[in-house]
Amino acid sequence: MEGPQVAGKATVSPPTGAGSEADRPATPPFRHRHLLGIEGLTPDEIGTILDLANVHVERTRAGRMKADTLRERTLINLFFESSTRTRTSFELAGKRLGADVINMSVESSAVKKGETLIDTAMTLNAMHPDLLVVRHGESGAVELLSQKVGCSVINAGDGSHEHPTQALLDALTIRRRRGRLQGLLVAICGDILHSRVARSNIHLLSVMGARVRLIAPPTLLPAKIERLGVEVFTDMKAGLEGVDIVMMLRLQLERMQGSYTPSIREYFHLYGLDSEKLSRARPDALVMHPGPMNRGVEIDTLVADDIDRSVIREQVEMGVAVRMACLELLSQHRAQWRRA
Amino acid sequence: MKPPAAKAPARPVQGERVAYLNARLLDPASGLDTYGALLTDGAMIADRGPDLFGQGVPDGIAVVDCAGNCLCPGLIDMHAWLGEPGEEHKETMATASDAAAAGGITTVVAMPDTEPVIDDVALVEYVARRGRDNAHIRILPAAAATKGLSGREMTEYALLKEAGAVAFTDGATPIADALVMRRALSYARACESLLVQHCQEPRLAHDGVMNEGEVATRLGLAGIPAMAEVMMLERDLRLLQLTGGRLHAAHLSCALSLEALRRGKQDGLQITAGVAPHNFALNETAVGDYRTFAKTRPPLREEDDRAAMVRAIADGTIDVISSAHCPQDQESKRRPFASAEFGITGFETMLPLALEIHHNGHADLLTLLRCMTVRPAEILRLPQGRLLPGAPADLLLFDPDLPWIVDEAKLRSKSKNSPFDRRPLQGHAVRTVVAGRTVFQRRREVRGGG
Repeated sequence: MEGPQVAGKATVSPPTGAGSEADRPATPPFRHRHLLGIEGLTPDEIGTILDLANVHVERTRAGRMKADTLRERTLINLFFESSTRTRTSFELAGKRLGADVINMSVESSAVKKGETLIDTAMTLNAMHPDLLVVRHGESGAVELLSQKVGCSVINAGDGSHEHPTQALLDALTIRRRRGRLQGLLVAICGDILHSRVARSNIHLLSVMGARVRLIAPPTLLPAKIERLGVEVFTDMKAGLEGVDIVMMLRLQLERMQGSYTPSIREYFHLYGLDSEKLSRARPDALVMHPGPMNRGVEIDTLVADDIDRSVIREQVEMGVAVRMACLELLSQHRAQWRRA
Repeated sequence: MKPPAAKAPARPVQGERVAYLNARLLDPASGLDTYGALLTDGAMIADRGPDLFGQGVPDGIAVVDCAGNCLCPGLIDMHAWLGEPGEEHKETMATASDAAAAGGITTVVAMPDTEPVIDDVALVEYVARRGRDNAHIRILPAAAATKGLSGREMTEYALLKEAGAVAFTDGATPIADALVMRRALSYARACESLLVQHCQEPRLAHDGVMNEGEVATRLGLAGIPAMAEVMMLERDLRLLQLTGGRLHAAHLSCALSLEALRRGKQDGLQITAGVAPHNFALNETAVGDYRTFAKTRPPLREEDDRAAMVRAIADGTIDVISSAHCPQDQESKRRPFASAEFGITGFETMLPLALEIHHNGHADLLTLLRCMTVRPAEILRLPQGRLLPGAPADLLLFDPDLPWIVDEAKLRSKSKNSPFDRRPLQGHAVRTVVAGRTVFQRRREVRGGG
């Protein structure tokens, strides 16, 4: 399954036992204390995460669900924005590694009482967590928080900035299906302007040697996005021509009723992925979506459920594995950093 | 580093005379740039020139040895927020005055978008009185151009002007409605008053928090396009064509605005414009990883825009450099970028940042000082800003070359929101004089005799 470009990562071997300290895979150290974004990660570092995640996929599929690499570690899921799937995915990842997982939804409680992000960080610090997974509605908020806490922080999505674990799970999905990322032609379609998933994917795919096309109505494209090294299309059919991967983005319905696009009907007409538009892509092109899907808005039900093309459910599986890998690597970093 | 500034109000002793010797006299109004001396008599300048006191200083005149430093009119800052009334936890007249005096600024125009808004005679008088009682420098109130900054109804320009308002502006809020702006311009003309506009089309700027461009796109932040400024300036120029009168564009930030400004001036319109130091000393990359201290209005733009600002100062297209001093406390800035407040504290860095243009060889000292002395004085119709016999003795003695590094902890403003922390700069105020009285004197004033 592993791609040829990661052959150098042969040091990653599947675990032999039930996951005690000693027979944990010998992963190379990860030099970052936090995972705040894909921008700034090297291809090697991304490869390291994907390799380790791949080990977890195989192990889980083989029925070895539980490990204890995060035993006696505390993971706090701190969500300032509602999310079911990302939070659950992190929770499951933490629990499979033996961590104590605490979920905190702050959207309704302290923030409404006027507590600032910094206050929240100080409160959490006093609980001495080892890992903090944070989602926040504002770009840069997770980075700000990471400067104020003593533990490792994973960005689970900040505003329109980054959502690194989503890009990593997308990459793992592609790599397992296609054996590589290098040289692939990937189209990202939808609300690029507000999408953290798009930004993380652009950074990751570009640095791993894939070519990225963006397809969106002009009102949903951020200024000077082409400076990120992508090709921009407003005509979906032209943009999908010959692509290997079609990544659909979720569209917030309230943005489409007049302010950014005239109507949902018109949006689907121009930018909804149906089998006709998909026929422009390569015959074996994969269809991806970070979920949750608006069926009939950005993606046709037949396409979403086409088991030959759609890898949407596989993405969810990869999500847990990628998050396990990230938690482990940051936790190892933290252990080293503490010893030092 | 507390300034040993006189705590007494800057009221001169009747007839007290002070001779400033060994000075490089710089007077942009007359083009004077010569070594010589200057004499103040009470609150006024009595004489100045290269030969003054060539025969020695007569008895009864106090002597200040300028040690070869530059002596010019005290700086006039057309645009600053002073925290009072309403945000005394960020700044007060007293702390603002300390910071301004240490920056060589002797006159500050206080913006009216405070809490409450300065849109009434009693409030204009309040600001003027608070300034007189608590500041060593001159604090001149600007009044709101529309009631409550609503952008709908005009304030009482004539009455407010009589109460001491030197300009009318809604501060950081643009007057968006073209009809209101037209009436404000023509009414201000009849009152011989100055209207000051923050040029930004608010609907186009929308919820933008920094310059629209690659950096904002990478950071996932909403951008403010340069066109939001350009189109507002161009609209106001057209309105000015309709009404006559005078308009000052408070702070420009983009190269395209300068083209519009040049055309307006060529067309004979009475348009003047200012720039804030951060808009000619920094570009959008200062936002870096969400540094909220670099969040300001208008936003830091691209490098081409920054460079265009420097050229426009050098060629006189830009009339005024003003600090845009906007103190913000920690609580207002230590937030995610989009919810942090706009604003940069700027009194103490304005002069050295302007001098940076000189040190980089883009403009001479007189050109730069003109933007901070006689030009704002002309625009505000003030008698200050000139080294002339009979002019108020508001003076700045500065060392143009001394290297130093900004340390936010040592800034005198109550708020420390400076993006220039740790920046190496050259030159600063050595002594600041308001109405003949020294209100700020830096330690180690004399260093090796210049």
